[in-house]
Amino acid sequence: MKTLKPTTMRDALIEQIYLGMKSDKKLFFVSADFGSPVLDKIRKEFSSNFINVGIAEQNLVNVVTGLALEGFVVYAYAIAPFLSMRAYEQIRTNLALLSQLKPVNVNLISVGAGISYDVSGPTHHCLEDIALMRLLPNIMVFSPSDWVLSEKFFKVTCDIAQPKYIRLDAKPLPAIYSLDEDIDFTKGFAKLKEGSDVCLISTGYMTHKALNIAEMSKKENINCSVIDIFMIKPLDLVALQKVLCKFKKIFVLEESFTGKGGLDSLVYNLIREANIVADVRAFGFKDEYVFELGSRTYLHEYCGLSDEVIMKAIKDTF
Amino acid sequence: MEDNKNRNKKDKSELFDILKNNVLNVKKETLQLHLLAPETRIASSLSCVEIFVVLFYGNILKYKPDDLQWEQRDRFIISKGHGAISLYPILADVGYFDRAELPKIGTKDSFLGGIPDPIIPGFETVNGSLGHGLGVACGIALGLRRKKCSESVFVLAGDGELSEGSVWEAVMFAGHNKLDNLVLIVDNNKIGMLDYCENINDLCPLVEKFKAFRWHAEEVDGHDIEKLYASLERLKNLRSSKPKMLVAQTIKGNGVSFLENDPLCHIRTLTKEEVSSAIKEIK
Repeated sequence: MKTLKPTTMRDALIEQIYLGMKSDKKLFFVSADFGSPVLDKIRKEFSSNFINVGIAEQNLVNVVTGLALEGFVVYAYAIAPFLSMRAYEQIRTNLALLSQLKPVNVNLISVGAGISYDVSGPTHHCLEDIALMRLLPNIMVFSPSDWVLSEKFFKVTCDIAQPKYIRLDAKPLPAIYSLDEDIDFTKGFAKLKEGSDVCLISTGYMTHKALNIAEMSKKENINCSVIDIFMIKPLDLVALQKVLCKFKKIFVLEESFTGKGGLDSLVYNLIREANIVADVRAFGFKDEYVFELGSRTYLHEYCGLSDEVIMKAIKDTF
Repeated sequence: MEDNKNRNKKDKSELFDILKNNVLNVKKETLQLHLLAPETRIASSLSCVEIFVVLFYGNILKYKPDDLQWEQRDRFIISKGHGAISLYPILADVGYFDRAELPKIGTKDSFLGGIPDPIIPGFETVNGSLGHGLGVACGIALGLRRKKCSESVFVLAGDGELSEGSVWEAVMFAGHNKLDNLVLIVDNNKIGMLDYCENINDLCPLVEKFKAFRWHAEEVDGHDIEKLYASLERLKNLRSSKPKMLVAQTIKGNGVSFLENDPLCHIRTLTKEEVSSAIKEIK
């Protein structure tokens, strides 16, 4: 019996891959010299379907492309900024372009979304990948808020033979979803809280903050809905429009640069296209890197993203 | 016994005559394609004609034009996409597509572009961006080995392309993982876009560099059909726990005097008169 204690998204997903490997010889795991406790089981028990390419993200993407062309379902595992940016052109050429013509089942497991590697500094922060990956045609972009979603996404990786970018937080986080819940990955989002005054839209770690802020706002007699976007692409935009059109105040929360193609841009575009008249505000990182050191909570405070600051901004709109 | 030997010798000599004749035809056809699509890279396409001809007509590659995903085919990755226009006439001739497609090159009705993409039957991967082919081929080689398939993976790369760092990530990987079902052919035509490669990043001695990375490496005259055939046949069958590479010493713009040895020949666009004169030179 699994307890819903805080778990890393990567271990939840890799555990499913490990279980899948017991019966499916088509699953292949490739790491850029990056590990996890659960991965050790794959390395030990399925060594012929595991390979470490070394600290070489460009080659990681090229090698997994070749394996996928030979019919394997491949998992490429590396740290988020290096997988998404060091190897961006490899992803574009060998995954985005090629998969328009041929089935290429490559699953990029990118660990370290946002500032989850807080004290490692800006080289290890990843505030760009949502914008970069949603820019590329033919790639699915999955950005879960908890390990339950991450675990359940394993089935999607096997069923859909196209490249996927899987943006995972590095830290253990509590579960938001329940294990017996049916997740609609085609819809791509879920309404976690119902409230008619304000809509909070978030992805990944920020959904935990959104839930917290929604609780705080109750004390101020403000009722917030919380929408968790876990599929950045494809996303059921029609269904999302139907939800958003009911709100006059929309707050977008993401651990990304704002105003540059991330979740906020997705929401702005949607609202414009649907002619929804609403006050939309984005909370994320401004146009500079964060060299300040400290915990994630401190860095959020430092960057104007504390729960209190966001709460005040919501209150000020009334 | 002696009879068999003589017959083999005679068969080989007939094969070489056919291959040499095909080289001339392919070079002429490639020049004609360049006239129809002047944005194609003619000099780079002329240095690797013998390599393509030996692979496709010399029974080195196993392929089935009517079954592109045939599991028993040898995989051929053309990493130097820019210089692969000379493969178009070969693919048409061996049956990947109709010859009538050739004159449509570069037009709205054609799948034959200035740089080949896998919309062309016979091309396995996206080739326009340099430095990707060897890494993808490593993944294919690894996959074939895992599936216990005996087929080979051939890669054609240009020497200019070897400046891409991703190539060397793949060189390390292939050597370490003993991918002996992988054959890299370097079309060493010695000229990049702006200058001789030795003036850009001199990689000499190339064979020794690959040996240091645990490859079986050798070189050959890339315009000598007999020697090229012998090398490729031997390398294909060699299984020595090492990936294999062949430096084909070639001349950029081979066979056309005014292209050969012009350091800027990569970006030359030939006029109608120049193409006519070049075709006359090919013999």
